[in-house]
Amino acid sequence: MTKLDACGLSCPEPVIMISQAMKSGDSEYEIKVDNRVSRENVTRYAEHQGYTVSVTESDREFTLKITK
Amino acid sequence: MSKEKWYIILAGLIIGVIASVLVLLGNPANMGFCIACFIRDTAGSLGLHKAAAVQYVRPEIIGIVLGSFLLSLAKKEFSPRGGSSPMTRLILGFFAMIGCLMFLGCPFRMILRLAGGDLNAILGLVGFAAGIGCGILYLKRGYSLKRTYRLPASEGAAFPATTVALLVILLAVPSLLIFSEAGAGPGAKHAAVWISLLAGLIVGALAQRTRLCMVGGIRDAILFKEFKLLLGFVAIFLAALVTNLILTATTDGTYFKLAFEGQAVAHMDGLWNALGMLLVGFACVLLGGCPLRQLVLAGEGNSDSAITVIGLLLGAAFAHNFGLASSAKGPTDAGKIAVIIGLVIVIIIGECNIRSNRKKG
Repeated sequence: MTKLDACGLSCPEPVIMISQAMKSGDSEYEIKVDNRVSRENVTRYAEHQGYTVSVTESDREFTLKITK
Repeated sequence: MSKEKWYIILAGLIIGVIASVLVLLGNPANMGFCIACFIRDTAGSLGLHKAAAVQYVRPEIIGIVLGSFLLSLAKKEFSPRGGSSPMTRLILGFFAMIGCLMFLGCPFRMILRLAGGDLNAILGLVGFAAGIGCGILYLKRGYSLKRTYRLPASEGAAFPATTVALLVILLAVPSLLIFSEAGAGPGAKHAAVWISLLAGLIVGALAQRTRLCMVGGIRDAILFKEFKLLLGFVAIFLAALVTNLILTATTDGTYFKLAFEGQAVAHMDGLWNALGMLLVGFACVLLGGCPLRQLVLAGEGNSDSAITVIGLLLGAAFAHNFGLASSAKGPTDAGKIAVIIGLVIVIIIGECNIRSNRKKG
C-alpha cells in the first residue's frame, strides 16, 4: 500500500499527488488530507479511475482509503 | 450526472442571471460582476489611486467575502489557515491584476463580456486557456506553494472583519471615501448598495458551496479530464446570455451586441487582450484559483488568499497610478511593458519554486 500525506496542501496538489502515485499501478493507497475540498476532489478523481474510496475523519483530518 | 454537477450548474445559472440583472439595476455594461474591476474601484475609493473614473467601494466584493464567511461558519467549513508562501502569492496576485486590467476584466467578467456579445473576449479566452496551460506545465513539474498551517480563529476572521469595517464606513461615513462623479466613468455606475451587497452575499455563498472557480474549470478539464467546475463556468455564460437577450428584447437598453466594435469598458487590441489574460491564467494557476475563488477562500479564513487579495488591490493601485491599465482607446505602452515583466516574473517564480522543491527532494 502506498501512503501519502497531503495535509496542508491546497487543490489541485493532493489530486496531482494521488494521480502520480497511481502510475505505480498499486491497488491500494492511503492519503491524508485536511480540508473538505481536497477530500471531495481526491475522492472524485479516484472514483473516476475505477477505485473505491472510504473516508475516516479524526481531528479535522481525513484519511482516504483508496482500493481497486 | 452526479448531484454535485447539478448543484454547480444550478448555482452557475443563478449567478449568471444575477450578473445580468445587476447591469439592468445600474452596474456598468457586461459588468454585473468583475472581481478585478471592483477591487480596482475599491482601491480608488480608498484613495490608493487617483483615476477619477473608477472610484467606488463595491458592495459586491464585501458581499462575496461575507457570503462565503457566513456559509462556511454555518457548514463548519470555516478554517483559519495560512503560511503557504504568502509573499509569492502577493506578487502573483499583483501581476494577475496587471493582466486583468490589460484585458479590462477578470475571468468572471470575461464570461459576462462573451455573454454580452463582446467578441474581443474570445481573444481573452484563448489567452486565458493558454495561460492555464502554461501553469499546468509547472504543476506537472512539481510546482508547489507548500503546506498551510492551522491558525487562530482571530487570524481567519481578520479579513472578513475588515470587509465589515469597509461596509460600515460606506454606509455610515461615506465622506471618508472618494466616489466617481456621475458620468465620470464605470465607477459612477452601480446598483443600489443593498442590492449589490445582497447579490454579493448570494454569489459568495453559492461559490463557497460549489467551489466555483474560473481557472479551476479549465485547469481540471485539461489536467484530470474533470469537468465539474467547467460546468459552472458554462452555466454562468448561458444564463447571462439568455438574460441579456431577454432584457434587450423587453427593455429600452442594449444588453447584447454581437461585435468587436463599440463594446463598453473594452478595447479591440486582440493581441494584448490575449496576452493580458494569458498572464491572468498563468498567475492564477500558480495561485491555485481565480480572483473570485481567492475572495471566497479569504472568507473561509484562508490568510494566504487574503494576502492574494491584497496583492490584487496593490496591483490595481499601481496599474492606475502608473498608467498600466487599458482604456476603451486601447492598451498603453507602459501596460504592455508591465504585462511582459509580469510574464517574466511569473516564469521566474515557477522556475525558482521547482528548483527549490527539487533540492529539498
